Amino acid sequence: MSAATNTTARQGFLALELDGDGAHPAAWRAAAHAPAALLSGDRIRATVLAAESAGFHAATFADGPVDAQLSRPGVGAAGRLDAVQRAAFASPLTRSIVLVPQVDTVFTEPFHVATQLASLDYVSGGRAGWLVSASGTAAEGAAVGRTAVAGDGLAGEAAASIEVGRRLWDSWEDGAVVRDVASGRYLDVDQLHYADFDTEKFFPAEGFPGAGYSVKGPAIIPRPLQGQLPVLVPAELFAQLPDPSAADAVLVSAPSTELLATEVAELRGRLDGAGPAPAIIAELDVVLDARGQSAADRVAALDAHTPWHNPRARYVGSAEGLVELLAEVLAAADGVRLHPAVVDVDVEELSRLVLPALRRRGTLAPTLVDGTFRDLLGLGRPANRYTAEREEGERNE
Amino acid sequence: MSENTEIGSGFRPSGQLQFGVFFQGVNSGTIWKAPEAGSQTDFESFRRLAQTAERGLFAAFFLGEGLRLREHLGRPHALDVAGRPDAQTMLAALAAVTTKIGLVATQNTTYNDPADLAHRLSSLDLLSGGRAAWNVVTTDNAWTGANFRRGGYLDHADRYRHAEAFVETAKRIWDAWDDGAIAGSTAAPGWAAPDSIRRVRHEGQHYSVDYVPRLPRSAQHRPVLFQAGDSSEGRDFAARQADVIFSAHAKFDAALDFRRDIVARTLKAGRGANDVQIMPASEFILAATAAEALEKKEWVRSLQIGPRQAIAYLEQFWGRELSSYDPDGPLPEIDPVVEETSETRGSGFHGAKARQLADQWRAEAKDKGLSIRQFVSAKTSRVDATFTGSYAEIADRLGDYARAGAVDGFNISPWLVPSGLDDIVNHLVPELQERGIYPTEYGGSTLREHLSLPVPVRSADASPVSAASDVDTAGDDIRLELAVRSQQL
Repeated sequence: MSAATNTTARQGFLALELDGDGAHPAAWRAAAHAPAALLSGDRIRATVLAAESAGFHAATFADGPVDAQLSRPGVGAAGRLDAVQRAAFASPLTRSIVLVPQVDTVFTEPFHVATQLASLDYVSGGRAGWLVSASGTAAEGAAVGRTAVAGDGLAGEAAASIEVGRRLWDSWEDGAVVRDVASGRYLDVDQLHYADFDTEKFFPAEGFPGAGYSVKGPAIIPRPLQGQLPVLVPAELFAQLPDPSAADAVLVSAPSTELLATEVAELRGRLDGAGPAPAIIAELDVVLDARGQSAADRVAALDAHTPWHNPRARYVGSAEGLVELLAEVLAAADGVRLHPAVVDVDVEELSRLVLPALRRRGTLAPTLVDGTFRDLLGLGRPANRYTAEREEGERNE
Repeated sequence: MSENTEIGSGFRPSGQLQFGVFFQGVNSGTIWKAPEAGSQTDFESFRRLAQTAERGLFAAFFLGEGLRLREHLGRPHALDVAGRPDAQTMLAALAAVTTKIGLVATQNTTYNDPADLAHRLSSLDLLSGGRAAWNVVTTDNAWTGANFRRGGYLDHADRYRHAEAFVETAKRIWDAWDDGAIAGSTAAPGWAAPDSIRRVRHEGQHYSVDYVPRLPRSAQHRPVLFQAGDSSEGRDFAARQADVIFSAHAKFDAALDFRRDIVARTLKAGRGANDVQIMPASEFILAATAAEALEKKEWVRSLQIGPRQAIAYLEQFWGRELSSYDPDGPLPEIDPVVEETSETRGSGFHGAKARQLADQWRAEAKDKGLSIRQFVSAKTSRVDATFTGSYAEIADRLGDYARAGAVDGFNISPWLVPSGLDDIVNHLVPELQERGIYPTEYGGSTLREHLSLPVPVRSADASPVSAASDVDTAGDDIRLELAVRSQQL
């Protein structure tokens, strides 16, 4: 049963952000390991298995530059492993949890990104997704010899990069690997297609707001197991995309927990009637009472080291209160992504008290068994854009 | 075997061999027509091959890369296995289901950014506990560049300078964190010690980098570097920068000559005679008896090069369709339509003099009485690199390599996926171990330890300096002309 096809009681899914030691910049001080052990395979294994056994439907992996104010004491972790690789490492260790790395669209090569994500879909057995980011900062640009990108440029870069990915993922039709011994053909060349992406053609009216580029294709890897990986886009970027159907899910933030369900409902209202609507995933920071300490005391202790500023709604309190809040938000959203303040502390409480209670209430969708991320989102297997074209062409011959 | 197997120049043979396995993914050497041929993309194929190699104490699992799908006469090439996962993504997944084996990613310097590629390799190195390696390749053609924003912007000669500046920048990125940079406990004043991480800057002809590296050194300090260039410039590049050469010289005498040449170049580059190791590409066709092995070889060859592959191989040089020719008949009498074979198209024949070659080949085939199929099979079977025989016989032959120090090991391309290493691991490895020329356990936990490579010296500019520490490099380090093999591995 998927989130979108359930008609009796609305059921949602829960995602867990697993980056670093948690959402709080001082989380490393409350972690159950030596600081250097963060950057290891063992750490990924431990956290992703904890998330899967707790019953989370998805894990996400943030990426991008870390706080580079290196000479200031008290700063958070300055190290971060590549997100696609973290998700890939987690893949063979897990069976059901969906694995979604954040991948930049501004300063990356779209061809590499598409190949890496398709590969992640193969190693995870169809459990991969793409959390699109487009921050465009000067520091990120300088690393690759480019300058900052802002405003319209960000949405343009993101839209172009997503389109490249989607074309390349379709550039091998599902039946392209024929292995036909009789004819000696491993591939059916008629089922391979050039992506022929060009920013000039893709942005005809207003033009591409940066230096244009093209990508030829076909992909160097067959079509992903899911056909197309689900693409997740933050709401502020989504609002600027030239074609909203580029996104399969939108991540929505609100300034407070009280406003979160409202924000979700408003977005849903705006999307209604405008074609197939993307799933809506609400963003929530979480700090729970734990280990004899109140959540508020835990935040205060961490804030004393490094203040925590962040535009997301934040829940600070008991497990029972969080269950109520999540039930309310999940009545409006398709899913909620939790950002635990401290992974090693909060995930334990979520696992022990929050997910079981939500499951008893029937609020949560079942976890996937041999399913794909698309299944979780209620998306069918997508048609291949080139298959229809080819079959049309063959009919006209 | 040559009379004089002495290497000289202070080189000390280790007396040992190491194996690597090369999962090719795109080539005519991997059989797909047999029922036991598995998937080229399913994770289980990769897992099985890597775990078999690890059971056989292989030093390394090696993945290739080609950044544009091969083409034949203007359309994707249909006859060979093709379509493979991204090397580093796959290796990161394999790192979770293996514990010892090295993980080698072929990655191109031309279509990557140094900061991004160095970061991802460093990430793989940490994830795997110090088992990552980079096989450095460069390509310069606009045909491949058409898949990239940055395009195919390098002049043929330029790519060599570009590659070395790239590798040196990567090394600086890997060396940018002091060993004690990360706090030893959660009570430390900060996660990273002040001034323990250096910014890396490079301003050059081809790219500029201004980057604060995001990862510390790994258990093996930094990824091991493989290199496959075979021209004089490529060999010099390897002598200066690489830890291991993935060579093309597996035949004993050629391997000895290659070793002597590399030792001389390595000494000239100011490194030790044993500092650069050599592992030639190779293929093993083994059985209990020599006769059975020969029979197996016939079977393998017939499946690698079928009638259509034989014709297609000639078409690459002739530049025209030859499907009306009988694969079991003589080579075409008509001439190639091109003066030179066109751009690489992923097949590695850049600039061959087509007409001249056609004349030569016709004469050669006529001389030896070979049909198209027989001729192409001989041309593509890498005669040098194939070891065919009984387990004991081949183990004896490999003993000669070990004693002389002709090579440090072999990088084996299995002709079947995923079962292609079973014979080697089950039968050849024990024979080699009995002869005392193959490890009986892993030499440690990192790839560098398995290969007994020296601990790398930190990049010269990477000694701790004060805040806002900058590592600058001016110019593109155009000290030397470098050659790096353009072949897409």
